[in-house]
Amino acid sequence: MIPVPQALRRYPWGLIATLAFIAGFGMLVLYSAAGGSFTPWAMTHGLRFAIFLTMALIIGFFIPLDLIAKLALVAYAAVAVLLLGVEVVGAVRGGSQRWLNIGFMNLQPSELMKVTIVLALARFYSGLPPAETPRIRALWPALLLIGIPAALVMLQPDLGTALSIVASGVIVMFLAGLPLWWFVSVGVAGVAALPILFSLLHDYQQKRVLIFLNPEDDPLGAGYHITQSKIAIGSGGLDGKGFLNGSQSHLDYLPEGHTDFIFATMAEEWGLIGGLALGLAYFLLLRWSTRVALGASTRFGQLTAAGLTMTIFFYIAINLMMVMGLAPVVGIPLPLFSHGGSSMLTIMLCIGIILAVQRDRSGVRRPFG
Amino acid sequence: MLIGGAQMAVGGALAVRMAYISIVDNERYVLESESNRLNLTLVPPRRGWIVDKRGKALANNRVSLRIDLIPDRVKDKAKIVTDLERLLGLDSDTVQRIRRDLDKSAGYQPVAVAENLDEARYASVLVRLSELPGVAPARGFARNYPAGAAVGHLLGYVGAPTAEEYQKARDPLYVTPGFKTGKDGLERYFEPFLRGKPGAKRVEVTAGGKVVRELDSQPDTQGQTLHLSIDGDLQEYAARRMGRESGAVVVIDCMTGDIVAFVSMPCFDPNSFSDGIGQQEWAWLNGDTDFKPLLNKATRGLYPPGSTLKPMAALAVLEAGVDPAERITCPGGYRLGNRVFRCLGRHGPVDMPTAIEKSCNTYFYTMAHRLGYDRIAPVARTLGLGEDFKISGANQRFGTIPDSAWKQRKYDQAWSASDSLNAVIGQGYVIVNPLQLAVSTARIASGKLLYPSLIARRPQIVTSLPYSAEHLGIVRSGMDRVVNGNGTAVRSRLELDGIAMAGKTGTAQVRGLASGSRGQSGARRFRDHGLFVCYAPVDNPRFAAAVIVEHGLGGSRAGAPVAKDIFTYLYDREAAMASLAALEEGWGGDIPTRMARDFAGFQGLSIDTSAVETP
Repeated sequence: MIPVPQALRRYPWGLIATLAFIAGFGMLVLYSAAGGSFTPWAMTHGLRFAIFLTMALIIGFFIPLDLIAKLALVAYAAVAVLLLGVEVVGAVRGGSQRWLNIGFMNLQPSELMKVTIVLALARFYSGLPPAETPRIRALWPALLLIGIPAALVMLQPDLGTALSIVASGVIVMFLAGLPLWWFVSVGVAGVAALPILFSLLHDYQQKRVLIFLNPEDDPLGAGYHITQSKIAIGSGGLDGKGFLNGSQSHLDYLPEGHTDFIFATMAEEWGLIGGLALGLAYFLLLRWSTRVALGASTRFGQLTAAGLTMTIFFYIAINLMMVMGLAPVVGIPLPLFSHGGSSMLTIMLCIGIILAVQRDRSGVRRPFG
Repeated sequence: MLIGGAQMAVGGALAVRMAYISIVDNERYVLESESNRLNLTLVPPRRGWIVDKRGKALANNRVSLRIDLIPDRVKDKAKIVTDLERLLGLDSDTVQRIRRDLDKSAGYQPVAVAENLDEARYASVLVRLSELPGVAPARGFARNYPAGAAVGHLLGYVGAPTAEEYQKARDPLYVTPGFKTGKDGLERYFEPFLRGKPGAKRVEVTAGGKVVRELDSQPDTQGQTLHLSIDGDLQEYAARRMGRESGAVVVIDCMTGDIVAFVSMPCFDPNSFSDGIGQQEWAWLNGDTDFKPLLNKATRGLYPPGSTLKPMAALAVLEAGVDPAERITCPGGYRLGNRVFRCLGRHGPVDMPTAIEKSCNTYFYTMAHRLGYDRIAPVARTLGLGEDFKISGANQRFGTIPDSAWKQRKYDQAWSASDSLNAVIGQGYVIVNPLQLAVSTARIASGKLLYPSLIARRPQIVTSLPYSAEHLGIVRSGMDRVVNGNGTAVRSRLELDGIAMAGKTGTAQVRGLASGSRGQSGARRFRDHGLFVCYAPVDNPRFAAAVIVEHGLGGSRAGAPVAKDIFTYLYDREAAMASLAALEEGWGGDIPTRMARDFAGFQGLSIDTSAVETP
């Protein structure tokens, strides 16, 4: 075995390889989705990956977790202001808007909120004495922290991201040790309140949910996305139709074949084998981050890593369920695979912060210091 | 840990779900993906040609540029129709039809937008194709009739299949844009023969309906060529020679019985129908109740034949044993009881050939009264009068050759002597169509039991008429003298060397004889029809013809000159064309020119009336 210098061994090569595999595979699929061209998607995808990976490594290796913890609430507040800003700009221009143009990409503050909500809640619960957790004092600030951005995102309206924010937040609360019966009772109440919530949704969102429940009702209308996606995945079979040979994506039957439905584009050409390979890569990524969470030396680190793991998982799970017809079409991209700057930025932020958690040993030292 | 486990479970479930979709349901989804990707389009078959006896095309196909809409691919129906309306300059009728068709149809079944586009308009859509999802331009074929209106009633026309036809046939070809079925005449009768087999094209299309590539195509099989007995040039000449008149011309080959010209004028232009006739043009054709351009007068027009039946009557009289040299004195009429049946002139003593030559009614009144019409009617029937000929495509009205049994059956009345008198001069109950007149003339001229046909056929063995050659000769000599002696049609003698025409004029009253009016003046619809039957050459008959000019006042005046020019055309085209050119100048141009002007006049008129109606 070739001896690896200590300086290089510091870097998490396994993680980088996993991420590079996912992003590189994504590039291939985007190359194919563009009809065998690096433009307009594959090239930018690769560039962004390089930039954001560097950013993640910088966060992971040069920013101490303490600093992240200190800035957590500030970052949360800043993103909340951005969310409000988007809302205001949208209101001024007329029509809904979700993003701010910052030059090389359109930034969706709601994406960043997925990260900052985890940080803020982790910060809140890490500062809370364990004895306080069953009290109401442990609950209302958290609910407020989740409620404000979730409400703003719902206004955009972006049901998928709002749910994602709520899910990440709730996981952090759960990990923080809040009594289980709170979650159970809220869950029961939530199920009971579903019809009311449903009635609060926008028409097109209601339609999507209904169509999800019965996509074949309207195969050429609103059920089109799900139907075509399932056709793409199903026609791929075990080993796919071959690179650049996907008819569903190349002939535009598959909508959003480079963003939300990229998994279907991939599955059509690479088949079940490609899907399982990608799934394995995600599994490795999540296993790593879960291990980081379990091995975190501080309560903030633990809550943060677990919450961010949940955020990443939520992305993957909802997206895959959506493209396979198990969830309504909610517009959540597939991490590192779909073409899109904001989601990649979010995921890479998550990974950078989890890296920082992994590297942080402050909590270990504390008992001795 | 709990959450990790839950995540694993979800992940596992997703993997299973994917495996289920891609392995278990694979076949179904492959099929769906293929049906997305591929479109099987039927290519309407090119229709078989219809050619005349020399192989000249009477109906062929020309390239037609067309635009269709694929409802499935259309994103915004209202917008696409508006865009096409602007680009192609569609009229409001068409736009409404497209909207209706689009609402009714779904899926890939195309909706026809426009056909027969010129290159410029077609190109204007082609270049904007990317902005017009669902628009499918295509190069197809359309039926073309080079002779236009001259062959309308002969060939019929084609048109898009109706909803009922589709319901009956359940064939996707019927709803393929560009596919036409025969609607009338030979086009309808020979539909299965002319149709051919559709081709198919498998193309890969995008969701937007753009054809990416043609994967494979099976060419259509053109329908079979239909060979007619018609002489296309003569057909066209005869149609043009009818001029502004309404009537029919049938010319028959005296050797075979083949119909070489089959004309009914005025006529619609069958090209208008194959393009889908406009409402206004239809209203114009349908509204002309005086000239009835939609009626095939050659087989569906029934006329009292008038004196054109006298040769037949003469033959019957001879067959009854009357001496042709027997002279009957014509004092200008024939008294039956207290009623006088008038003759056209005061002919004095006439024998049979002279009676034909001069068209002397008195002679035939006398003979009919002596023999009774029951002895004449069988001869008429043998010659083909009142017969329902089995000729392809022509739906006939075959008229009546009356006799006492017929009258008893029909009116429950006994046959009277005056019925015989009326019938023998081709009036009264006698009513025939022009085809029958032509056939009977051809049979007299040839002495053979010729059977008419529009379709080229193998030489047939033709039996002779059951009448003596001598009797036929006497009748023919009478007909010869009509034109070449001192008869009623001497002005229409052929100006050809060695070729003479024999014939018989007829002037058929539209109003009953008893009305007292002679039908030589007054409103057009009460004027007498002019008829003329003839054959040539006299010594060795080659062609026989019947000419009917509705309300033409008289056979010698209206019918015979037309027949003269038609026969001249058969033997001396240049002379005939020269005389036609002079006539057409007087009529205001050839058929298409006159039709275009008349139609424009009709439109102007209808616009005027609508302007008056709207305050």
